[in-house]
Amino acid sequence: MSLEALARELAALAGAENVYTHEADLHAYSYDAAVLKEVRPGVVVRPTRGEDLGRVVALCNREGLPLTVRGAGTNLSGGTVPEAGGVVALTSGLNRILEINPADLYAVVEPGVVTAALAKAAAGRGLFYPPDPGSQAVSTLGGNVAENSGGLRGLKYGVTRDYVLGLEFWGVDGGLVKTGAKTVKCATGYNLAALMVGSEGTLGVVNRITLKLIPPPRASRAMVAVYHSLEGASQTVAAIIAAHIIPVTLEFLDSFTIRTVEEYAGVGLPTDAAALLLIEVDGHPAQVEEEARQVEAICRQEGAAGVQVAADAAQRDRIWEARRAAIPALARLRPTTWLEDATVPRSRIPELVAAISDISRRHRLTIGTFGHAGDGNLHPTILLDKRDAGEMARLEEARGELFAKAVELGGTLSGEHGLGLVKTGHLVEEVGRATIAWSRRLKAALDPKGILNPHKAIGD
Amino acid sequence: VSGLTRLVAMLAELEEQLVGCMRCGFCQSVCPLYAETGRETDVARGKLAMLDGLAHQLLADPEGVRQRLERCLLCGSCTAGCPSGVKTTDIFLQARAVLTAYLGLSPAKRVVFRQLLARPALFDRLMGWAPRLQGLVARPASAELGTSCARLQAWLGSRHFRRLADRPLHADIPSRRTAPGRAGLTAAVYVGCLTDKLFPGAGKALLAVLEHYGVGVSLPAGQACCGIPALAAGDGRGFRRLLAHNLALYDPARFDVLVTPCATCAATIRKMWPAMAQGLPPAQAERVRLIAQRTRDASELLVEQGLAPQPADQGRGEAVTFHDPCHLNKSLGVAAQPRRLLAAAGWRLAEMAESDWCCGMGGSFNLAHYELSAAIGRRKLANLAATGAPVVATGCPACLVQLSDGLSREGQKVRARHYLELCAQRL
Repeated sequence: MSLEALARELAALAGAENVYTHEADLHAYSYDAAVLKEVRPGVVVRPTRGEDLGRVVALCNREGLPLTVRGAGTNLSGGTVPEAGGVVALTSGLNRILEINPADLYAVVEPGVVTAALAKAAAGRGLFYPPDPGSQAVSTLGGNVAENSGGLRGLKYGVTRDYVLGLEFWGVDGGLVKTGAKTVKCATGYNLAALMVGSEGTLGVVNRITLKLIPPPRASRAMVAVYHSLEGASQTVAAIIAAHIIPVTLEFLDSFTIRTVEEYAGVGLPTDAAALLLIEVDGHPAQVEEEARQVEAICRQEGAAGVQVAADAAQRDRIWEARRAAIPALARLRPTTWLEDATVPRSRIPELVAAISDISRRHRLTIGTFGHAGDGNLHPTILLDKRDAGEMARLEEARGELFAKAVELGGTLSGEHGLGLVKTGHLVEEVGRATIAWSRRLKAALDPKGILNPHKAIGD
Repeated sequence: VSGLTRLVAMLAELEEQLVGCMRCGFCQSVCPLYAETGRETDVARGKLAMLDGLAHQLLADPEGVRQRLERCLLCGSCTAGCPSGVKTTDIFLQARAVLTAYLGLSPAKRVVFRQLLARPALFDRLMGWAPRLQGLVARPASAELGTSCARLQAWLGSRHFRRLADRPLHADIPSRRTAPGRAGLTAAVYVGCLTDKLFPGAGKALLAVLEHYGVGVSLPAGQACCGIPALAAGDGRGFRRLLAHNLALYDPARFDVLVTPCATCAATIRKMWPAMAQGLPPAQAERVRLIAQRTRDASELLVEQGLAPQPADQGRGEAVTFHDPCHLNKSLGVAAQPRRLLAAAGWRLAEMAESDWCCGMGGSFNLAHYELSAAIGRRKLANLAATGAPVVATGCPACLVQLSDGLSREGQKVRARHYLELCAQRL
């Protein structure tokens, strides 16, 4: 089918104003937030009704056209970079919150709803949607489901998969598949939602999502602890967990990040510190009071050079400013920012941080590391210039060593960004050949022509 | 050398700035236009990617890029919120200049920017006739807001546009020079086109406020446009002509600060004049630097100098809600100061949700994309109506035009006023 004919058919089903074929429009959908070369699709379509999205899927399958579904395009692993000449389907026109049910504690949304918009709407009804990926102000829930996105609250509240009660998705032939329910319990059929979450758009196209909501915590308390050794910070994390306290956030900044943030934002961080922990506990006011006291004592016991507990909202905001400034501060150092998300069991963090600083030195790369110490998900952030071929080559070697180390420590290649296009080559190191072969058989059965987001997640 | 190669060479100067965009897409959360359309080419990331594509010859149709680049309010929301600090607005203005230099300026814009705006005396004379003619083409829509709508919709669409003042400011006060009082400093006053021709009351309020607080005034006759419409159209030549005219009028030796009742003019003078001053003779460049350094919003000046009184008891005053002009809040970082002046003047602030969300005006954006501009404005109108305040105050005449249009079209009984007028009333 010629591109013109395809564009005509898409216009007939989604409206001419929702089909883009001009080179400039296509170019604007040729990238996401990963550092990759642009790949231009052949046509972009923006359905405004779920049924139209289903028809687009069926049409692509009939014609054997690669289809990449795109929400906000914030993916850090290239998951929304399309196939050359393929079709991009946008979900920005499918952004309705269909229901928020305070009695049964769930919400039903279309895939293009922005994460923060649902969180805000839920808060407006006195409820809480906890997953808070760093891009939540723009990221879409469809994208969060496809990537199994995490966030800062993962340790206590879990990640996207822990909130998906049910899904409706279009199979590659355009049939609507329903899985899960609006109830907490559901033992009907295969748990297809679990299969879809994190499948990076390779098995089906999400049409509706039923998400669990919970009552919000009534109080919270934030504090910051400064360490002159990495081990002190790591032992603090271990001791907090051993005391059976689960903080809502337990964030870590390494010395390079601390110095960079201080230079950029001037929030009063000690630039001679080896590590910083930002800790927040939440829950019932009495419990928060007690846990905050305990955590403070643990920090001091484990050798924190200083602990500051926020007395009010303004101080709490100051404490979090250091974490919010991490990416902006690091990103300003060099033209290109490469954000990794290697994850290890939390007790192995000191080993991973030591390995990162060794890798940084040997490959002559600037790396600032911060991240979610509570769940072992670190963000080594490599700062370089993508126009420097030598530096990019060193980056590839460094990434290879980083992944090998994460796997060796019993961890994983990706905590929350997905494999997309940039990590599938390393998947075998983590899961082995049989797993990949099994995954590919599954993919081939569900998508025989291989049109759904080709090459992503499991490679080919 | 093919034409496109020449364009690529011109765009190469932007390379170092373009490469700083890490494509995170966070600008989607603050872009008022993207919130309406959901189109990537409408948001900063998409625009930067298109320019990058053009610079690297991945795109072959500069006209297509120009059209998409012009769908932008130049509100600076993306610049203010960019995690990697990309100066998006500067880039867009420079890119518009490059594309206009390559593709040419439309004949109508050529007349407006090079013949009309660049000759303030002629412009003022022509506009002097207009108030007498506007009754022929328009009929009053709202007395409270001073708006009209077109008798023939073909020209002006369904706009309720703010009527030209019967007498522009310069007709009543062509120039003024007063000695500094207790404040001990002299402020050069830059009036701006919209203040002069649509809102002379705001200009008079500024002069009254300055006098009240003992600030000397230096208001030269024959001021020209600040140049932002020419910059937005990519007309570098027209801009430089206006800049030279204004530089000759404002001698930094004669004032300590420069104030204007127009947030857009203030942002243009403080941020855009220096950004666009490359290639000026050293004496002119130095003057641009000094003037930019001394440019303030009136509220910023009064608070910074400790001249504004402490806010009175807020409990009983009449309610006012404040709309933050993008050029005041996001470009200049001024938000608390006008509120403080209003409170000091006895007004009770009833904050609207999203007070810093763009009103949708965007100057020439409103002329070219009226329906989109109005759609963005409706979000603002809903937020301000929800406060129940009978008055909305702001610090930019361009926002006043947009707010008046929207309020008048919706038949809302809310008055839209410059904050300086509300303060001057209570001096």
